[in-house]
Amino acid sequence: MKNLISMRDLSKEDIMRLMDTAAKIEKGEIIPNMQRKLAALLFFEPSTRTMFSFDTAMKRMNGDTIIMSGTKNTSAKKGETFADTLQTIAQYSDIIIMRSPIEGAARYAAEVVDLPVVNAGDGANQHPTQALLDLYSIIKTQGKLENLKIGLAGDLRFGRTVHSLAQAMAVFGAEFKFISPSFLQMPDYLKDDLIEQNIKFEEFKDIEGNIDDLDILYVTRIQKERFADPEDYERVKGSYVLNKAMLENVKENFKVLHPLPRVDEIHIDVDDTKFAYYFPQAKNGVYTRQAIISILLGEV
Amino acid sequence: MSQVKTIKVNAIKNGTVIDHIAAGKVLKVIDILNLTGNNSVMIGMNLTSNKIGKKDIVKIENRELSKEEANSIALISPSATLIIINDFEVVKKTSLDMPEYIEEHIICSNPKCITNSEEIPSKYYINNTEPATARCLYCEKKYLVEDLKIKI
Ligand SMILES: [Zn+2]
Repeated sequence: MKNLISMRDLSKEDIMRLMDTAAKIEKGEIIPNMQRKLAALLFFEPSTRTMFSFDTAMKRMNGDTIIMSGTKNTSAKKGETFADTLQTIAQYSDIIIMRSPIEGAARYAAEVVDLPVVNAGDGANQHPTQALLDLYSIIKTQGKLENLKIGLAGDLRFGRTVHSLAQAMAVFGAEFKFISPSFLQMPDYLKDDLIEQNIKFEEFKDIEGNIDDLDILYVTRIQKERFADPEDYERVKGSYVLNKAMLENVKENFKVLHPLPRVDEIHIDVDDTKFAYYFPQAKNGVYTRQAIISILLGEV
Repeated sequence: MSQVKTIKVNAIKNGTVIDHIAAGKVLKVIDILNLTGNNSVMIGMNLTSNKIGKKDIVKIENRELSKEEANSIALISPSATLIIINDFEVVKKTSLDMPEYIEEHIICSNPKCITNSEEIPSKYYINNTEPATARCLYCEKKYLVEDLKIKI
């Protein structure tokens, strides 16, 4: 592995190696040392959480970071080209971690520089480190990735996170329940991909009553702005809010995941149940990113 | 050979003929083959064809296109045939195969794709399914080959 640009580039073996490395880092079985290593965090689109997670990952390994954030340099404005910016940053650093609203920006960056590049999100396209930390959270709580039953709830149409997760879990033979308002359903091209892979899925309009056979429920936020009529939003939003009462008959191993930040799609009364896993999930992001950086820099 | 055809588009002594191009697509064929350079090129548009109704045709003098070079035409017109002429004789005639990869020539329809904001050539991987699809290497969007926008 030279770069981490897209989940499409990863084989099952690559994924399992990353999972294994993250687990060993978490348990302290391997302690990667990034002393004198510098990660350049280029965030051409703000994402405080993802940036903090990478920053923490690097610093937990005694590494250092430089941060460039803002919206400049994303298009052909006056001045330096994107390629020149990358080349310059590459002179200072050992690895480039990049977020951009431009789709394909990280792939291009990896062509321009010789350093490893990590895609920390490129528009609506890919966010592989999020997908990998989700997988790590699943394997940690379920003991495996194969043959799980996974519910995805909320905005399934525009949610990059749920798309990547569905694609990644399909490789491991998952079965899905998609829970969303009809106009925010999983896009057809993704459903076609799943059909091609013989992956079973069903579609529902309510969380309630549809989660008792699941191993994982992955909840995402529905943005009010997606609705043409605010009244429609008010009418359906209750169907996509998970609360404690709905958890009465769920499986013992059931866990609720959420990429965070949450607004109100998971009621706070879920937080102190044993099913809530979204905060540990955020912590898993640090181990996963430590594993990614270590592997790309050849330290493990 | 019918005489009518020879009048419409002159025969060439040596070179390549791309025949049975879907009517109206010949300029795109010229572009995708990078024929804007030194070779003499003759084109015919909207000729009558027994095989496909109306067709376009292009004749390139003194250049022998390889099948690999010509295959990119299949993106525009899968019906096209590649004919190699040597001393006014047809020495080779083959249909085209869909290429697996194409660089440049295609404009990504995704406005947020980096190929639309930086001066870099687009790169597409073609999946020869029914119907054929193409995926942008950068933004990873998938399109039907027949919907691809060819730069011209
Ligand atoms: Zn593209």
